[in-house]
Amino acid sequence: MHVVVLTKSTPDTAAKVSVEGGTVTWKEAMVLNPWDEYAVTEAVLLKEAHKVKATVMTLGKEEHGEALKQGIAIGCDQGIRIWDDGLEGHDSLLYARSVAAAVQKLGDASLVIFGKEFSDTNTDQHVYQVARKLGWTVLGSVAKILEIDFGAGTIKVERLLEQGKQIVTSKLPVVIAVLKDINEPKYPSFIGIRKASKADIPVWGLADLGVDAGSLKTKVTALAEPPKREGEVEMITGDSAAQIAATLADKLLEDKVL
Amino acid sequence: MDFSLTEEHLMAQQMVRDFAHNEIYPTIKEWDRKQQLNPIVLPRMAELGILGINIPVRYGGQGFDYLTLALVCEELERVDTPLRVIMSVHMGLNSMSVLQWGTEEQKQRFLVPQAKGEKYAAFGLTEPNAGSDVAAMSSTARREGDVYILNGEKMWISLATKAHHILVFAKTDPHANPPHSGITAFMITDDMKGVTSGDIHDKLGVRAGSTGWVAMQDVEVPVENRIGEEGEGFYIAMAALDNGRYTVGAGAVGLIRACLEDSIKYAHSRETFGKPIAKHQLVQQKIAFMQQWYDASKLLIMKAGWLKNIGQRNTRETSVAKWYATDMSVQAALEAIQIHGAYGFSDEYDVERYLRNGKGAVIYEGTSEIHQLMQAGYALGFREDRPLRCELPAYDPEFWQN
Amino acid sequence: MIFVWLEHFNGSLVQASRESLGFAKSLGDSVTGLVFGQGVDGVVSEAFHYGADKVIKAEDATLETFRAEPYIALLAKLVQDHNPTYVMAAATVRGRETLSGAAADVDGALLHDVVDAKVEGGKLVATRAIYSGKVVATEAVVGDGPQFVTLRSRAFKALESDSSRSGDVSTAAPVLSEDQIATKVESFEASVGTVSLTDAAIIVSGGRGVGGPEGFAPIRELAAVLGGAVGASRATVDAGWIPYVHQVGQTGKVVSPDLYIACGISGAIQHQAGMRSSKIIVAINKDAEAPIFKIARYGVVGDLFEVVPALTEALKARLGK
Ligand SMILES: Cc1cc2nc3c(=O)[nH]c(=O)nc-3n(C[C@H](O)[C@H](O)[C@H](O)COP(=O)(O)OP(=O)(O)OC[C@H]3O[C@@H](n4cnc5c(N)ncnc54)[C@H](O)[C@@H]3O)c2cc1C
Repeated sequence: MHVVVLTKSTPDTAAKVSVEGGTVTWKEAMVLNPWDEYAVTEAVLLKEAHKVKATVMTLGKEEHGEALKQGIAIGCDQGIRIWDDGLEGHDSLLYARSVAAAVQKLGDASLVIFGKEFSDTNTDQHVYQVARKLGWTVLGSVAKILEIDFGAGTIKVERLLEQGKQIVTSKLPVVIAVLKDINEPKYPSFIGIRKASKADIPVWGLADLGVDAGSLKTKVTALAEPPKREGEVEMITGDSAAQIAATLADKLLEDKVL
Repeated sequence: MDFSLTEEHLMAQQMVRDFAHNEIYPTIKEWDRKQQLNPIVLPRMAELGILGINIPVRYGGQGFDYLTLALVCEELERVDTPLRVIMSVHMGLNSMSVLQWGTEEQKQRFLVPQAKGEKYAAFGLTEPNAGSDVAAMSSTARREGDVYILNGEKMWISLATKAHHILVFAKTDPHANPPHSGITAFMITDDMKGVTSGDIHDKLGVRAGSTGWVAMQDVEVPVENRIGEEGEGFYIAMAALDNGRYTVGAGAVGLIRACLEDSIKYAHSRETFGKPIAKHQLVQQKIAFMQQWYDASKLLIMKAGWLKNIGQRNTRETSVAKWYATDMSVQAALEAIQIHGAYGFSDEYDVERYLRNGKGAVIYEGTSEIHQLMQAGYALGFREDRPLRCELPAYDPEFWQN
Repeated sequence: MIFVWLEHFNGSLVQASRESLGFAKSLGDSVTGLVFGQGVDGVVSEAFHYGADKVIKAEDATLETFRAEPYIALLAKLVQDHNPTYVMAAATVRGRETLSGAAADVDGALLHDVVDAKVEGGKLVATRAIYSGKVVATEAVVGDGPQFVTLRSRAFKALESDSSRSGDVSTAAPVLSEDQIATKVESFEASVGTVSLTDAAIIVSGGRGVGGPEGFAPIRELAAVLGGAVGASRATVDAGWIPYVHQVGQTGKVVSPDLYIACGISGAIQHQAGMRSSKIIVAINKDAEAPIFKIARYGVVGDLFEVVPALTEALKARLGK
């Protein structure tokens, strides 16, 4: 029995990201994709509670190995990195085919966990697409795993939709995407850190996975910085709160946003 | 020469940074005002393994090296000094002394629960009338069969009211000549009859920490709780200080970094005369000095840590590092307040706390004056370190990690 | 032909789906709305009112409440059978799952959660916010096959409802039978009395400055007067002052209302990531140096407990409430 958590390294959330010469750059260090702190923690909690194996996996270049090390330091048993020159510039379908093949290669996985989205590309379609390529059920927006029984192959979760909470049961295997509410992220343990720093992380290429890169369906054609908002603030002052409020209310009415 | 830190070092540093920043920083001002140690601090540091960071796994610790201890102290004091003070007494002064001088049986009985964080540890050397002049202490230990009877009062003891195990020093021979040769070390526990303690309030700094007194009245301490030989206490205390001072200096490096980081942030955002104050040369000079103090202090501390790792005596190197880093941390705090102007003078910003906290470190674990005397003593040939019966063991990954 | 998968709740189209129809219609091609569920005739008429030319409806007990598997399977089947050029939906939780899944099933191109889109030489070209809004990417379909796109809520305009419009309705049968579906929906608990953040035109948000759970009271009152939603910064959610569903920012919701009133929010970069595309930002904060003022249109340096109630009163008077 085996839980697989997918992750990647992303720029620190406080990073000053800019676009220079057509590429996105930043100076700050890369960190575990913030949503994946919850995903990795959930995998480790399940591992501890159900005595299953936990594997942390990424698809990406060497820098994403750092996220795997972080995953191991938090408590995953092993890390696997998927990379191949043929994956350069991959779209979500190629991602999905490759990751699905890797999960299948593990043989005994019955739960794949993603964080809600990747905070660099701000995408989550890969979650559902991996599930489809695996032929598994997908449960997105999971706020709680209420029950899981690896032996019986069942899971019960609470999903957060725009209009409320949904309780859903499913048979395993499933792919889930978890929200921030699901747990209190774990720090790496010192023992985990030592394990991570010594870990040998295998790299699986397209040939290992039996995946043919094929041709891309979508491509990023331009990158730019959004127009600056800075510098347009108008400070509202007055002798009393009532006066300030009156001025502000009039401005908002003029702007027709009410 | 190799200045690089390993991946293990960096990940441990990051983990402690995240803990201190996420869990302690948000409420630090509240606890500082209340003059209480946030009750989650010790249990969380225990749970995360920080309280046993550089103790071998076989003794309940995490098996990291002495350099990691310095990195951990830097990260803790970056957020608040009392966090690092915990490491100074629990780890530097007490646990590492048991590692260095304790018998195997004592390591099992004291070190293991301390490293696991099941028991908290403190260090009682100072007395109301004996600080820098350790040999002037008046606490006594009288042997009666299988026990020693301890009497006396220890003052300014960090974690006095929180610790379960306190390494105390008392005179088994009050008339010894020289006086320091009559001092012996004992591990007392808070549940022993005759041990009482209390907190000291209204300190200038380290307010979110715990500093207090411990009184011993006819406390019966079993012979098995004597650390080292009779009359060896002074050497044990001084060796303990080699480790305690290391943590204090490492913490001061963190405090300088706090001053530097906060000042940089403020200098970019505050504007005077139509530009950010970061563009004024006199402000830049202060930033430049802080950077210099940080770099120099860190190098001195890492050098001392490296010596510990390879098992070389480092009393002088640790002393100069502690002296320089703590003096410069006070200086950095003063400059940080200056950069923050009136805001720095209020507790709306953190820098005034840095000053209040930093000032303690030029007093405890050897005042700056004492370190000056030591350095002069070494340089002038008045002072020399002689081998100890038990040296701090070098960091051996095999022994530590398995 | 353009397919628009339509999401509905409590018998009516969700606003974001109306926006999807509006966008689809602007491309000039014939628009077919897809409505899955049980007893959806009201939704079908509404689809026409908001611009659909045709509707394919699938009604079955297996489709009564949303589940990814039967919905994805059915959408993929319809795409294969009808071969539309574009397949669209709102980038809501359900829309993301359904379109991403179906795109995978038919190996179609997918542009996801876009804020703007156009067609160039028969291929979709869209802009999306990436790096939490710090970068704008242009993404284009380059491959063959059906082109899928999900549209960010509030980024596209819905047409005025025209109740005289109607059109052809055809029906489709579900692909999966109940015993082929692994998931069962046990229950659903609708959130009561609150406007959903992502749909809201006005959001009033509270940060650390509210001081505690009770501090949200003036925020709620102002939101109620404006018919807006209540937002919150991560600090307040982590402190347990307000539930996570209210969190705006990097690890919360990304919103772009017409008006965002930030009360006692310093405006850390992670919070800005969730709201900087709002049309008008008002910042109310005691600290004149707070970064939120840098992105605000209007700023008030003051105590939110004085300014916010005063603003509530002022707006009540002006809006005649
Ligand atoms: C927050 C805090 C926590 C502490 N925690 C502990 C603890 O956990 N355990 C513990 O045992 N102690 C602890 N101490 C006590 C600390 O170690 C002593 O305060 C320190 O050793 C100095 O002793 P003193 O205060 O008695 O000063 P004194 O020794 O009385 O010195 C007074 C002044 O005279 C100067 N001076 C003294 N001798 C000389 C000399 N020969 N030449 C020149 N100048 C000299 C000193 O530098 C100082 O400026 C703590 C103190 C503080 C403030």
